[in-house]
Amino acid sequence: MFATTKKWIGATAVAEPELASAPAARSVARPPTRAPAGASAALEGVTLAYDGGAAVLEDVSLDVAPGEALCLVGPSGGGKSTILNLLAGLVKPTRGRVLFDGAPVTGPGPERAVVFQDAALFPWLTLEKNVAFPLEVAGVAPAERAERVDELLRLVHLSRFRGAFPHELSGGMRQRGAIARALATRPRMILFDEPFAALDGQMRELLQGEVERIVRASRTTMVFVTHAIDEAVRLGDRVVLIGTRPGRVIGEVHVDLPRPRRAAFGGARADAGGASLEDVQAVRIAQRIASEIRVEVDKVAREEADGAWGSSSGPDGGDPRRHLGRGI
Amino acid sequence: MARALASATAEGTLGRAVLVSAVRLVVGYAIALATGVPLGLVLARVPAIKRALGPLLLGLSSVPSICWLPLAIVWFGLSEAAIQVVIVLGAALPVTLATESAVRHLPPTIERAARTMGAAGPTLLFRVLLAAALPGILTGAKMGWTFALRSLMAGELLFVSGGLGQLLETGRDLADTALVLGVVVVIVALSRASERVLFGPVERVVARRWGTAAS
Ligand SMILES: Nc1ncnc2c1ncn2[C@@H]1O[C@H](COP(=O)(O)OP(=O)(O)OP(=O)(O)O)[C@@H](O)[C@H]1O
Ligand SMILES: [Mg+2]
Repeated sequence: MFATTKKWIGATAVAEPELASAPAARSVARPPTRAPAGASAALEGVTLAYDGGAAVLEDVSLDVAPGEALCLVGPSGGGKSTILNLLAGLVKPTRGRVLFDGAPVTGPGPERAVVFQDAALFPWLTLEKNVAFPLEVAGVAPAERAERVDELLRLVHLSRFRGAFPHELSGGMRQRGAIARALATRPRMILFDEPFAALDGQMRELLQGEVERIVRASRTTMVFVTHAIDEAVRLGDRVVLIGTRPGRVIGEVHVDLPRPRRAAFGGARADAGGASLEDVQAVRIAQRIASEIRVEVDKVAREEADGAWGSSSGPDGGDPRRHLGRGI
Repeated sequence: MARALASATAEGTLGRAVLVSAVRLVVGYAIALATGVPLGLVLARVPAIKRALGPLLLGLSSVPSICWLPLAIVWFGLSEAAIQVVIVLGAALPVTLATESAVRHLPPTIERAARTMGAAGPTLLFRVLLAAALPGILTGAKMGWTFALRSLMAGELLFVSGGLGQLLETGRDLADTALVLGVVVVIVALSRASERVLFGPVERVVARRWGTAAS
């Protein structure tokens, strides 16, 4: 699998429209001209304790279908990043199994890319060299590499900044760069760990739209961790709620809204009263998630406020679509 | 003082002394870098070695390296090797400790990102971790250079060996204050100039890439 990956990396554009229609068929003899479809992934009864401490995750089972966009939401410290690290192969479960494409994950690899909250671009490389890095590691020939980098930078609208060092880019540009780098090896799954948490609202909505567009076009499986329920409802086919202490799955909500979806606070709000049916549905789903998760959020808030925090089960103040609560 | 320097230059003693000292310094410093950087990397990456050697190295770094001269002389006699031992020990420790700390304090997502992109082994060590630690290593390298120069001067003062240190001794023997002060000025000037030449370009690269102000 890996040997063939090397050959056809860089052969096609991620965003080619015909990608979405054709079925997957790969052969070793003749490399396909399409990117591979997203792969499945699963956690099976995973328990994880870091260095003999208390369990961070307790008996977590999670299935991700090929090509699915799965969002994980939950209070801080619940183990969402840990779940991503397990899927990426960066940490090993204490008990249970982590599967990717049906086979146990033994370590990290370029078929599973990660986009981190801090972008984690290499400060000593220009944007273009950053995007080229995974291709270099994979042994892609220079000419092919250059072509692929051009294509990726165009995809995330950063061609003009190819020679810039990461510190010369804005936070949003750095995240777009990180997304381009993650796509470089045509991963069959992309893991996002709160990539937009540090960005302002407008930039977040812009990038959410780009993620929706890019990930759908590449048909890659996506697992997206976020604190913001509106983000989860916009990006996810399914939203899984992660409880805390120990981290575990406490529920899931399907999001059957058509794509591409609108920004949560975009058009509908501007022309007051003109909210479409989809917007209303999105709010309903967000409210359901918020209420399902409220108990858990309260628990965290109480623990962190050392018992001084009351229950918020009464009339609710803020907009539940925005955040999970103040305890996060 | 200028006259003393001029006459020393005319006799060729100053030129020869500078040359002898400079060669020693460069050789010793090169050895120190070549051992200090890899050792620092290993210490940062292998907890067992860090536990075993860490306290020892920290202890050693508080001992002025000139204290090793007697031992070096017992082992190597009054030779170049003895003086090199002092220079290398003086310079390698700050380089090692700075490299270790720079690599250990890298943001964890740098390594994680690299590993998810398939980087492992030497690629991960040299093209990612060492590259990422460059600013910290540079600080250590500059400190190492200063320590190497100090060790060299102390060593040269303590045994007859050519070099600037010996020229200082000559000045003392002749009670020639002008010559002694002149040599000190030369040492200061050489040390400043060498730092600029050696580290200036690397500092500019670091400033450009990391966006830190150049010093
Ligand atoms: N490398 C580690 N060593 C020890 N404990 C860790 C490590 N990484 C995470 N933890 C602990 O595991 C728990 C879950 O952490 P994790 O980062 O997965 O949570 P999270 O849901 O991503 O939180 P957040 O929303 O704040 O990012 C936390 O209590 C954290 O302290
Ligand atoms: Mg996290």
